Amino acid sequence: MDALINSIGTTSVMSILAFIRIDRLNALVLLVLFSVIVLYFIRRAIRGDKLYIRQLPGLQAVEEAVGRATEMGKPVLFIPGIGDIDEIQTIAGLSILGLVARVTARYDTPLLVPVLYPMPMAAAQEIVRESYIDEGKADQVKPETVQYIAGESFSYAARVGGMMMRDKPAANIFMGSFKAESLLLAETGQTTGAIQIAGTAEPEQLPFFIAACDYTLIGEELYAASAYLSREPKMMGSLKGQDLVKIILVLVLVLGVLAVSLNVYPEFIRDLLTAN
Amino acid sequence: MKTQLPVAIAFLSGVLMIGAFFGTGEVLENISTEALRYMSIVAGFSILLGVVSMTQVSLGVIRRRGREWPYKIILVLCLFTMTGFGVFQGITSHTVFDWLFDNIQKPMMATMFSILAFFIASAAYRAFRARTVEASILLLTAIVVMIGRVPMGQYIYEDLPAMANWIMMFPNVAVQRGIIIGAALGAASMSLRIILGIERTYMGRG
Repeated sequence: MDALINSIGTTSVMSILAFIRIDRLNALVLLVLFSVIVLYFIRRAIRGDKLYIRQLPGLQAVEEAVGRATEMGKPVLFIPGIGDIDEIQTIAGLSILGLVARVTARYDTPLLVPVLYPMPMAAAQEIVRESYIDEGKADQVKPETVQYIAGESFSYAARVGGMMMRDKPAANIFMGSFKAESLLLAETGQTTGAIQIAGTAEPEQLPFFIAACDYTLIGEELYAASAYLSREPKMMGSLKGQDLVKIILVLVLVLGVLAVSLNVYPEFIRDLLTAN
Repeated sequence: MKTQLPVAIAFLSGVLMIGAFFGTGEVLENISTEALRYMSIVAGFSILLGVVSMTQVSLGVIRRRGREWPYKIILVLCLFTMTGFGVFQGITSHTVFDWLFDNIQKPMMATMFSILAFFIASAAYRAFRARTVEASILLLTAIVVMIGRVPMGQYIYEDLPAMANWIMMFPNVAVQRGIIIGAALGAASMSLRIILGIERTYMGRG
C-alpha cells in the first residue's frame, strides 16, 4: 500500500514538473511564496488589523506642494515618466497622477501633464477626467491639461523645459521612469524656484533627483506611493507582505554569502540563487 | 462592466504571461509571442492617436490666437513636412527626411545632451557641500572619483584611478543592487496588485 501511494505521489509530482521549466523553478517558488505572504497580509488588512507603514516625507509634501501652487496662482506640473504604458514605473506614476489630480481639482489648481507616448497620454486623460468627476469638477477638465509632446526624450525635455520657464509652475512632480533627461528637467525646475518631488526606480537617475529635488522617492517607495496616498487596507497589506519577503531575501543572501565564502555547497547555493 | 472588463483583461493577460514564462508548453509560448507582437502593432497605431491629439490642440490654439500660437504654427508645419517627406519619398539615406533628421534633429538632440554637462556642474555645486559628516564623505568620494576618472588623475597620484575604480565597482554597485532588489520587489508587489485587481488607481479609480 505504501509503495502504491509513493508511486502515485511520485507520478503526480513528475507529471506536474513536466509542464514547468526546471531552470526557473527557484523563481517560481519565490513567486508563490511572495504571493502567499502578500495575500496573507492583505487578508489581515481587510480584517481590520492595524498595519504600520513608515512615513514618506516626499508623499506628505504632495498636498503641501499643491497648496503652495494654489496660493501662488501657479500650475502644478506632473510628469509620469518617459516610459511607455508597458513599463510598471509608468503605471505607478499614473496611479499617483490620479491622486494628485484629485487634490488639484479640490483646490482648483491648474494641472499640466506633458507625456512622451500616446498610450500614457490616453490613460492620463482618462485618469484626470475621472479624478475631476469624483471631486465634482467635471466642467473644469481642459483638453490641454494632458498633452502629447513628442516621441523623443530630448525633444520632450526641451518642450517641458520651455513650459517650466514660461508657465513657471510652483510645483513639479516627477514620478516614473527617467533616463538622461532627468537632470535636464530637474535642474530647469530648480532654476524656476518650484518645489520639486521626484520618484523613480532607475538607480542611475536617483542621484540627479536627490541633488536637484526637495523630496525624492527611492525605488520601491515609488511603487508604495499609490498605497500610501490612498490608505486602502488591501494595498497597505501588500506593502507589509513585500517588506517581509525583502527580509527573507536579505537573510537568504547573507546566509548564501557566508556559505559560499566558507565553501559549504557553493555550487548548490549559486544554482539556487541564479535566475534564468 | 466599465471597471470589471479591464480588470478581467489584466488578470487573464497577467496569468497568461506568467504561465508562458514558467511553463514548457509550446501553445503558451506561441500565445505570449503573438500577444507581444500585437502590443507592438497597437503601439504603432497609437502614434496616430498622439499626432491627432497634438494637431487638434495646436490648431485650437492657433484658431483662438492663444498663448504661443506662432510656435504652434511652426510645430504643425514641421510635423507635416517631415511626415509628408517620410511617407512619399521614404526614410532611407539621401532622402529629404534623412537630410532633415541628420542636419536639424540630430544636432538639436546633441545640443540638449551637451547641456547636461553644465547642469551636472550646477547640481554638483549645490549638492557637494560639507555641511554634515555624510555630506563630507560624499564630497571626498566625488572628488576621488572625478579626478581618478580623468587622465590627469594618475599624474596627481598614481593609485587614484584604482581607488576610483574600486569605489565604482564595490560600494557603488552594492548600493545600486540593494536599490534594484527593493525596486524589483516593489514592482512585483504592484504587478500582483494589478493582476488581482486590487490596484485600480491607474484606471482613474482610487
